[in-house]
Amino acid sequence: MAFGAFATTAAQSQAEDAPRRRSWVALVLLLPGIAYLALFFLVPLVSLVLTSFNAPGPSGAMGDYVPGFEWSNYVTVVSMYGEHIIRSFLYALLATAFALLFSYPLAYLLGVRLRRFPLVQALGVTLVIAPFFISFLLRTLAWKAILSDEGPVSTALHALSLLGSDDHITGTPFSVVFGLTYNFIPFMTLPIYTSLERLDLRYVEAGGDLYAGPVQTFLRVTLPLSLPGVVSGSLLTFIPAAGDYVNASSTFLGGTGTQMVGNVIEANFLSLQNYPAAAAMSIILMAIILVLVGVYVARSGTKDLV
Amino acid sequence: MSAVGRFLGRFALPVYGVLAFVFLLIPIAYTIVFSFNQVRRTNIAWRGFTLDNWTNVCDDPTVCQSFANSIVVGVVATVLATALGTAIAIALVRFRFRFRSGTTLLLFLPMASPEVVLGAGLAAEFLTAGVPKGIGTVILAHTMFCISFVVTTVRARVAGLDPALEEAGRDLYASPGQVWWRITFPLLLPGIVAAALLSFALSFDDFIITNFNSGSFMTFPKYIYIASARGIPPQANVIASAVFFIALIVVVVSQLTTAARRKRLARG
Repeated sequence: MAFGAFATTAAQSQAEDAPRRRSWVALVLLLPGIAYLALFFLVPLVSLVLTSFNAPGPSGAMGDYVPGFEWSNYVTVVSMYGEHIIRSFLYALLATAFALLFSYPLAYLLGVRLRRFPLVQALGVTLVIAPFFISFLLRTLAWKAILSDEGPVSTALHALSLLGSDDHITGTPFSVVFGLTYNFIPFMTLPIYTSLERLDLRYVEAGGDLYAGPVQTFLRVTLPLSLPGVVSGSLLTFIPAAGDYVNASSTFLGGTGTQMVGNVIEANFLSLQNYPAAAAMSIILMAIILVLVGVYVARSGTKDLV
Repeated sequence: MSAVGRFLGRFALPVYGVLAFVFLLIPIAYTIVFSFNQVRRTNIAWRGFTLDNWTNVCDDPTVCQSFANSIVVGVVATVLATALGTAIAIALVRFRFRFRSGTTLLLFLPMASPEVVLGAGLAAEFLTAGVPKGIGTVILAHTMFCISFVVTTVRARVAGLDPALEEAGRDLYASPGQVWWRITFPLLLPGIVAAALLSFALSFDDFIITNFNSGSFMTFPKYIYIASARGIPPQANVIASAVFFIALIVVVVSQLTTAARRKRLARG
């Protein structure tokens, strides 16, 4: 999806022949958009870095901070919220793994098995993206109602004595990871589907002709060829899941013990007005994500992502 | 392989697919069904079928107002992002310039950043610059995260455009303006429309970035977030269900027209 589109070789070769003398036209086309992104994407990042070093203002009032060079802000937030950082990445990792397990067979069904039925295939893809058409927050609240103590799932599990009378489903790490998984499944399924849909089935046949069993053919032919989809799907799931704070919020699927980095940033920025702490947490989140994504992309060997 | 094994191999995947789709659609069905619920104080337990919520959508004025606000923000941000993004997409494909890889990276990074960082960053910037939060800051923020998606969508279309068509126009003494409006723009239009729809959808459903930059300005997702603490009125379900059906119709119609065009091209 979005990530794969950055690897256009046709675009590059066309640009080689493009006339150079009209470069002022290129400037006119590029300048407004690039200036916009510089002003509202790059400057905010710089602004976050500066804010993260701010010191409390002389008045000592809530939300009053002056420019400073307080490295200790980072030490403070890591010692205060270290647990939240670990929890965020753990939840995001689990959600990514579950979404992958859920999505791969579905994407295989849509992209390979249903190829002979284009209408059914189109219907299936529409159903995968259907959750996008209904508000993200309402979807999550619907799960909260279904999994709540009065909901059908808890009632059934209580009746079967699989859930103790004091146990709940909502407000636990399970329901948060469940919500994250559900909400990001389409981001995982679509890129894998795109890879599998382009897969040349003659390679799979060749595997069979060379006496490979179905399992071996899958592991040595199909899976490696669909890897670019798996990589972009994982990134499209992991990054937003690590920064999410809706699922983990206690009015949604979370509780007091499930707060993630996003909840910490929200609380510090919007309620406590502790802007340096919120900014430092944002920088830490962004830095860890960039490192993890860099390592993951390098190890999976798909260079054509950016 | 045993008969049971063969049966499983053949039908396990389709059965899984059906179950997976049911799972994906459960919360959607729930939201739609509860838009027809008779509500007393909360909309949690089922009390019976009614059409009242649909006929009196604006009984809760904040629901309707926040919905209208979301539409305005979505339309303005979509127009801005589509214009800025389309220009960048054309420049990236058609021109050779310095800082090309830098530009590509600048377009990629907003898509790879968690929303909470984008939202907090903008809020920190507005705070430092002393800009009051409101509809203006929300539109500025939404335009920002939509641009990259527009570029990605339109760029593929520009790359697939045959330059010979524009050359033919120039050979026939068309002015640059005529070439753009009569040849290039109509050919790019499907890509531009797709990009605009994507932008609108992203803007309409955005909560995290909006929450950091809206102040007291209310969008539809923000309304739901705030109302979730005391219970969502069924009117919110009505609006979400209506939006769901409209989006579904748009997608189905666009898929059918694409299929029809492909068939026509294959025949011609």
